[in-house]
Amino acid sequence: MTDGARSATRPGRTPRETATHCPYCALQCGMLLREEAGRVTVLPRQFPTNRGGLCQKGWTAAELLDHPDRLTTPLVRDPASGELRPATWSTAMARIVSGLRAVQAGHGRDAVAVFGGGGLTNEKAYALGRFARVALGTRHIDYNGRFCMSSAAAAGLRAFGVDRGLPFPLADLGRADTLLLVGANPAETMPPLVRWLTEQRQRGGRLIVVDPRATATARQADLHLQPLPGTDLAVANALLHIALTEGWVDRAYVAERTDGFDAVRRTVAGWWPARAEQLSGVPVADLEATARALGTAERAIILTARGAEQHAKGVDTVTAFVNLALALGLPGRPGSGYGCLTGQGNGQGGREHGQKADQLPGYRRIDDPAARTHVAEVWGVPPDTLPGPGVPAYQLLDALGTPGGPRALLVFGSNPVVSAPRAARIERRLRDLDLLVVADLLLSETAALADVVLPAAQWAEEDGTMTNLEGRVLRRRALRPPPPGVRTDLAILADLTARLRPTPDPRRTDEPADGETADGETADPRRVFAELRRASAGGVADYAGITWERIDAADGVFWPCPTVDGPDSPRLFADRFPTPDGRARFHPVEHRPAAEEVSSDYPLHFTTGRVLAQYQSGTQTRRVAALRRAAPDAFVELHPDLAARLGVADGEPVRVVSRRGELRAPARLSPTIRPDTVFAPFHWGGPARANSVTNDAVDPISGMPEFKICAVRVEKA
Amino acid sequence: MTERVVIVGNGMAGARLASELLARGGDRKVTVLGAEPHRAYNRIMLSTLLAGKVDESDVELTEAAGQGVDLRTGATVTAIDRAGRRVRTDDGDQIDYDHLVLATGSRPVVPPLPGLDPAALPERVVPFRTLADCRRILTLAARARRALVLGGGLLGLEAARGLAARGLEVGVVHPVPHLMERQLDPTGAAMLAGTLAGLGVMTHLAVPATGLAADADGVRLDLADGRSLTADLLVLSCGVRPDTALAAAAGLAVRRGVVVDDRLRTSDRRISAIGDCAEHDGTSTGLVTPAWAQARVVAQVLSGADPLARYRPRPVVTRLKAAGIDLAAMGDPAPGGPGEELTFTDPARGTYARLRIHDERLTGAILLGDNPAVGTVIQLFDRGQPVPADRRSLLLGRALGTGVPAAAASPALMPDAATVCQCNTVSKGALVSCWRSGARTVDAVVAATRAGTGCGSCRDAVAGIVDWLREADSVEVTR
Repeated sequence: MTDGARSATRPGRTPRETATHCPYCALQCGMLLREEAGRVTVLPRQFPTNRGGLCQKGWTAAELLDHPDRLTTPLVRDPASGELRPATWSTAMARIVSGLRAVQAGHGRDAVAVFGGGGLTNEKAYALGRFARVALGTRHIDYNGRFCMSSAAAAGLRAFGVDRGLPFPLADLGRADTLLLVGANPAETMPPLVRWLTEQRQRGGRLIVVDPRATATARQADLHLQPLPGTDLAVANALLHIALTEGWVDRAYVAERTDGFDAVRRTVAGWWPARAEQLSGVPVADLEATARALGTAERAIILTARGAEQHAKGVDTVTAFVNLALALGLPGRPGSGYGCLTGQGNGQGGREHGQKADQLPGYRRIDDPAARTHVAEVWGVPPDTLPGPGVPAYQLLDALGTPGGPRALLVFGSNPVVSAPRAARIERRLRDLDLLVVADLLLSETAALADVVLPAAQWAEEDGTMTNLEGRVLRRRALRPPPPGVRTDLAILADLTARLRPTPDPRRTDEPADGETADGETADPRRVFAELRRASAGGVADYAGITWERIDAADGVFWPCPTVDGPDSPRLFADRFPTPDGRARFHPVEHRPAAEEVSSDYPLHFTTGRVLAQYQSGTQTRRVAALRRAAPDAFVELHPDLAARLGVADGEPVRVVSRRGELRAPARLSPTIRPDTVFAPFHWGGPARANSVTNDAVDPISGMPEFKICAVRVEKA
Repeated sequence: MTERVVIVGNGMAGARLASELLARGGDRKVTVLGAEPHRAYNRIMLSTLLAGKVDESDVELTEAAGQGVDLRTGATVTAIDRAGRRVRTDDGDQIDYDHLVLATGSRPVVPPLPGLDPAALPERVVPFRTLADCRRILTLAARARRALVLGGGLLGLEAARGLAARGLEVGVVHPVPHLMERQLDPTGAAMLAGTLAGLGVMTHLAVPATGLAADADGVRLDLADGRSLTADLLVLSCGVRPDTALAAAAGLAVRRGVVVDDRLRTSDRRISAIGDCAEHDGTSTGLVTPAWAQARVVAQVLSGADPLARYRPRPVVTRLKAAGIDLAAMGDPAPGGPGEELTFTDPARGTYARLRIHDERLTGAILLGDNPAVGTVIQLFDRGQPVPADRRSLLLGRALGTGVPAAAASPALMPDAATVCQCNTVSKGALVSCWRSGARTVDAVVAATRAGTGCGSCRDAVAGIVDWLREADSVEVTR
């Protein structure tokens, strides 16, 4: 029983209530916001993904609405003192426009870059892409989703012809006989999802988790495979090897619905289980048990997440699991398949509508002439004025301020000073810029470096849509308007667009409200969404048939949904794959070592991840009192045996040192991690910044950095 | 000038080298000459093929043919002209090389038995080495009821297990008192024999064969103890010998195998040898892992990717894994050596473990049966990493102490600070306070504390604590 339609915003009442979704992860739990006497509380809401559940992050999300740290006025860096000082919007905007103009006049249009985020609504992601390509005319736009979803996206595209995190509703997880989670820790990253895992096991299903750490999720599993970091691909190839030798490959499915199996068959013939065992440390018997559980199940689902994906071979690793799923005939079979657990709130929608360097709205390729023509028409510009593809996020950040690289950067919804790999280097790059503009609700570590900081509205102050990990398009609904002095990202973009016109319209106002600027630029999310629908029409991620009213009436709408009257698409691949010939593609993939292997100087593997009470770079969650109490500081997790050899006691400060930098944090001893591996969460900046240590090697296809493995040594601090 | 690399042999080592060279790019011309008529295949999977689980196509390996590599199958090299830097094949071709790599593999040993002529093996007597051998065995097995395997080493036992899986009655004859004597101790070997017996493989140990009689209807193997065993076929698995004929005829230094240095170069610096045919530092291994490591070194040197690459042999792990058998053996675990010894024996379940630790490192191990730590043990041995302080984890499983924490027997015993709900950081103490301040049902406690509202898995624990509080209160009232 859900209540999406019935509890739409009821403005004008006291208390005021709004049915919306959590601002954080891709599960997008349904929640109800209530404002009474100026105080906003979070109430549970039945929604098909979370079924009334919320984790501590969701319960406390409203705390930031009236937080004292909140930015309520633009800040402009004072040239004399070098400090950020409060300024009016017109001063701030004028500074931005003159800065952008100067950079582009001196260094060309591509000298300005835009960096977005996977937490932005579809409308904002779309508007940001259009702003970069049309208003700025730069090819340089990318976003932090590159650090999140890009490897699974690339693997999905090349295998299935489409990238949708889950090609089936979340509820299918509860009915799977076998569920394999690879590098996923939903018990900490999206706790309400675990309700489906519980249901799955209560129905007698088997849960198998692949993770180098015995995480909260792995501890619930029937079987936990604990491979050496960076060896998931070999594990997948060995699983397929076993499936072949045991006769569990669905030969009819392979023949009818796929291409390229023979090359994969020959590759995995070289991955007999004992070879994978020696490399990964996963016992042959466990590999066999896993292959059997998948190969003999009526309904089996394989899911990957960042643990498998954030590697310089992330695309190939995901491909190895996709190959396994295809060989077993899972994708498109009811209740079965392959999926990826998306991370950020709008990680899915954020990658569909044009903030990716090589894409236009509707998941279209920017180098496809037909796509350019279609989108240019919607945008009212000649197709040949659209720039070509830019470069992936890390490459973009690493070029900032360098000869030939961008000299100005606008950041929306991202904090790369904490979240980028090899972060100290990226911090230097940002400092080398002529102009750095950051729109955020709080003074993030990145905003603190900016020349201009723009105070942005929060999730409860704006309308729009989000697309969750299932490809379900949801409504984010405003409870109340932004506080005075704060604007929505759409309003900021509309204003900047108007100001950047060669001949500014004399009717332009300096302080536009949400709505329309005097010269026709819209900041109205409903109108932006209408344009997005037209721009995406006919694309892979076709939103043409999705309206806000339809979302309200049906607990969300699954894309593709090409017509208003036609059906949406909760389940993909039943009859065909969206490839030119309708068949899925196998790709042979081989294990290769990590970009940086351990050595005598750096003898330990370092891996990163999340903790339950914090989110992403922590800009928001570190400021919520209850979350700060639950997870006050960073830590370095290490095995007691390793700690004993290092002479380190629990709680004692340690340094984790790589070739790129170091982090300092207290040791946390745990027998749940391999003794050859150390872990740190990535939510903190400053001396405890995990990304000071991480490697900036990237996947050659997706541009995904290798966050999940590098070589370090650990010392007493 | 394009460098011409000629590889003699398209087996596990030769095919691997061709792939490694291809992966490193460059404009060299690579020619692979394989004596066998078919494409490269995985020799390790032949016992699976024998067991009838896979087809021939399933044992094919990725090969570099058609991607700039000239692969000629069914081409036997008959001579090396070192001065002219060319090789000759049996069909009269001459192929020039700048660098030649010998990957000629090994040949099965045919034991000196009366009635057994190595040059003309009887139809029902087959070695177990190549795909062609495998086909012959399969043809014979299709109409056979009983099979004998001569030789109780790794390969012989894999063949025996494969044939047993096809439903044949299988006997293994081994001249020494225990199976796999190079890898196993007597206890482990005895338990392995027991495991095999349970799978339909009988072992005849400590008894050399003394003679063989074979005709169109069957084979008879005479044993030193006076017994004679009969069967429909006999598989020979008495070890292999490096195939050095070509190298020896060309005047290269040959001992047991073709002698190579750390760069895998023979006594002629333009000729390398890898895999079973090579002898490095007095050892020719006959295993795929070192062969592939050697292929990698040669590829690194020849491609210029790492001219200083050197082959460093790593300790060998022997793994016998067939349905119903799980055996790993490595190093020297024999009793009486230096250091600590860990053993575990569970005869009822056929589980046996013997580990030897010296200076905090594993120096040898035998693991037979269900040993959950086998992956960890192999990695610790292979990488020379220090062993865990709690040695039990090497015997009883990697997850020792990391399992789901058992729920406290009674909420009364839980410390107040214990976290009941991880998702919302709710302690037992917080639940108790909530009760004390008036919440009297599970729903009321949940609504007030949010315990159980995340993943939901602590819901039972919360209900248990509420029940306990209710009982405790009612007891107080009764008093």
